[in-house]
Amino acid sequence: MTKDDLSERGFDWLLTAGFAAVAALYVRAIWFTPIEAMQGPAQKILYVHATSAFVALYLAFGLMAVASVLYLWLRDPKLDRVAESSAEVGLAFTSVVLTTGPLWGKPIWGAFWAWDARLTATLFLWFLIAGYLLMRGAIEDRHTRARYSAVLGIMTTLLVPFIHLTVYMFRTMHPMPIVLKPSAMSMSTEMQLTFVPGFFAFILLFAGLLRFRYRMATLRDEVLDMEQAR
Amino acid sequence: MKAEKQILRFAQDDKHPGILSAAWTIARKDLAIEFRTRTAFLSAMVFALLGVTIFYFAWDPTAVSAIDLAPGVLWVIFTFSAILGLQRSFGVEQADHAMDALLAAPIERESIYLGKAIANLLFVIGVEAVTLPSVALFYNLPLGDSIGALAGVALLAAVGIVAVGTLFSSMAVNTRLAELLLPMLSLPFFMPIVMSSAQISARLLSGRPVSEAWPWLRVLLAFDMVFVVACTFVFPYTVEE
Amino acid sequence: MPDATLAHDGQTPAIHAEALVRAFGNRAAVDGVSCTIGAGECLALFGPNGAGKTTLMRLVAGLLAPTSGTCRVNGIPIRSGAHARAQVGIVSHASMLYSALSARENVEFAARLYGMRDARAAALEALDIMRVRDRADTPVRSLSRGLQQRVSIARAIVHSPRVLLCDEPYTGLDEVGSMALTQALEERRASGAALMLVTHNIGEGLALATHAAIMQRGTFVRYERRGGVDAGAYASAYRALVAG
Repeated sequence: MTKDDLSERGFDWLLTAGFAAVAALYVRAIWFTPIEAMQGPAQKILYVHATSAFVALYLAFGLMAVASVLYLWLRDPKLDRVAESSAEVGLAFTSVVLTTGPLWGKPIWGAFWAWDARLTATLFLWFLIAGYLLMRGAIEDRHTRARYSAVLGIMTTLLVPFIHLTVYMFRTMHPMPIVLKPSAMSMSTEMQLTFVPGFFAFILLFAGLLRFRYRMATLRDEVLDMEQAR
Repeated sequence: MKAEKQILRFAQDDKHPGILSAAWTIARKDLAIEFRTRTAFLSAMVFALLGVTIFYFAWDPTAVSAIDLAPGVLWVIFTFSAILGLQRSFGVEQADHAMDALLAAPIERESIYLGKAIANLLFVIGVEAVTLPSVALFYNLPLGDSIGALAGVALLAAVGIVAVGTLFSSMAVNTRLAELLLPMLSLPFFMPIVMSSAQISARLLSGRPVSEAWPWLRVLLAFDMVFVVACTFVFPYTVEE
Repeated sequence: MPDATLAHDGQTPAIHAEALVRAFGNRAAVDGVSCTIGAGECLALFGPNGAGKTTLMRLVAGLLAPTSGTCRVNGIPIRSGAHARAQVGIVSHASMLYSALSARENVEFAARLYGMRDARAAALEALDIMRVRDRADTPVRSLSRGLQQRVSIARAIVHSPRVLLCDEPYTGLDEVGSMALTQALEERRASGAALMLVTHNIGEGLALATHAAIMQRGTFVRYERRGGVDAGAYASAYRALVAG
């Protein structure tokens, strides 16, 4: 390992940039974006909630699904590490979605949890990813772990449409407690100028965390290789 | 020497079995083991009956009528007692490494999965055949005309539960958590099954037209088709080394 | 240099391994093994614990995928599909039996998996060869360790495989069992089957062998025709190799 390599690992510019961007988003959202008329200050949680949801559901989960399929095909341990890293980072973002959602819901719906379809589906996704990571932790052999994880990743991908479908059907076919549905929320230009760049901030943070976690997995595997070689 | 010659004769007219006949051989073997020991079936049955009674006392009968409660009870108990049976499915193969003999035999990996799944399906149907009447009895359900339709839904649900559960059972036995992992992995997958089956049976029991249950029935059918195919296809990846 | 081409002339070798490697992580359990065993030949394989004998056997049986190299059985790559496994029988240190089923049911089940027409008769014959026919209807769980081993061997030979892989088959066998096994293996070999026999007992191994090999750290460190090799001399050579 060269010195440059080490110093590069010492300072992670991507992760730093990600955190800086999200911090900037917070500052802008809290102090420089107008308060929404209907929902009041609670609406500001949207800048964190919707963006995290996008990252968790589409980026993290999508990457895990693609890496799982590709692993069974190509058998490259790198792909397994990508799946592992995106699952773990995805779990963090899903947790953010699941905490910010109810926090917003309390003043708007009058309850932390109202079995909102999207939140319910996200909760199930959280269970699935948690189960995935628990299973990973319970398998000693690296190759078995990678294979099983890929299989579970594929199965989970197939399940997600069913979860969404049934959760939405359950909602539409049952009169749920009346909740305020702020669907057609109009955003002022000011708000949009916070909302849209917010996505980029979170994507940057996701990329930083993912790369960080991936490197950690690579190092761990290298250490194991060295131990086994002895 | 005579015996040896005879055996050689057998070896020459062999044709190794097709996917389905090998699967059936394995299923019959599993059922023979279950019939011999009966442990899993009896415990699943007692568990189901216990569940039926405990659920009754967990609700306020003056607030929730039994007929509203019954579909939920039925499906929650089906899934949980099915897990009891699925637990043991691959444990049998692991005890003395019998799995190695299956993998070394001239049969497709898919046969192993299908054979295990068939045995598990019959197991779950057996448990359902006990649970359904006992829920009807304890909860005073007007089964009447809906019994046939209800049994059909139970069968569809069992197919989905077994398809996914058999795959996960084969994975769970090879992990450190073993029995703990199976419910954790499979319950989120059972969610669409439980939801649609409960919706269908609630409508059937309250005498609503079958057409109202159709959207949910479609979900159940789609689930079965997708996961029977997908699990058969990915199973070989869980047993190769 | 071990002689790697010992096949019968003009015949497809029963087992043909070429540069087999199987790594677990970074460690190669089998590290470049090539060998050829022809019909009617028996390779006795010796080696200390952890030398890779069991891994090699599992590679030949198709239970493990090689990291590199190939293994052909009767000319067919063993990992090429179900049909390639039809002519292989395997005895390992685990019994591979179902303890709740009787001896006959276990062997009959195996016979069915190999597509034998009269599975029951074949099962009884195999049990007869291993001298456990009188216990055919006893559940395996109430048989002694040695009798279980006999049933396990009956399970492995029920389809008269042309390739028989035995990993420590003598473990737990009493005198009757050992004799029955030796006789069965000898008869199989005489009728044209190829045998691969892993054992710690050099005398037992050499008694049946046409070839002998010593495995250490994943490779064959000695590989020769049995010929006039004297068991005592071989045993001391083995000890010298393993100790050194």
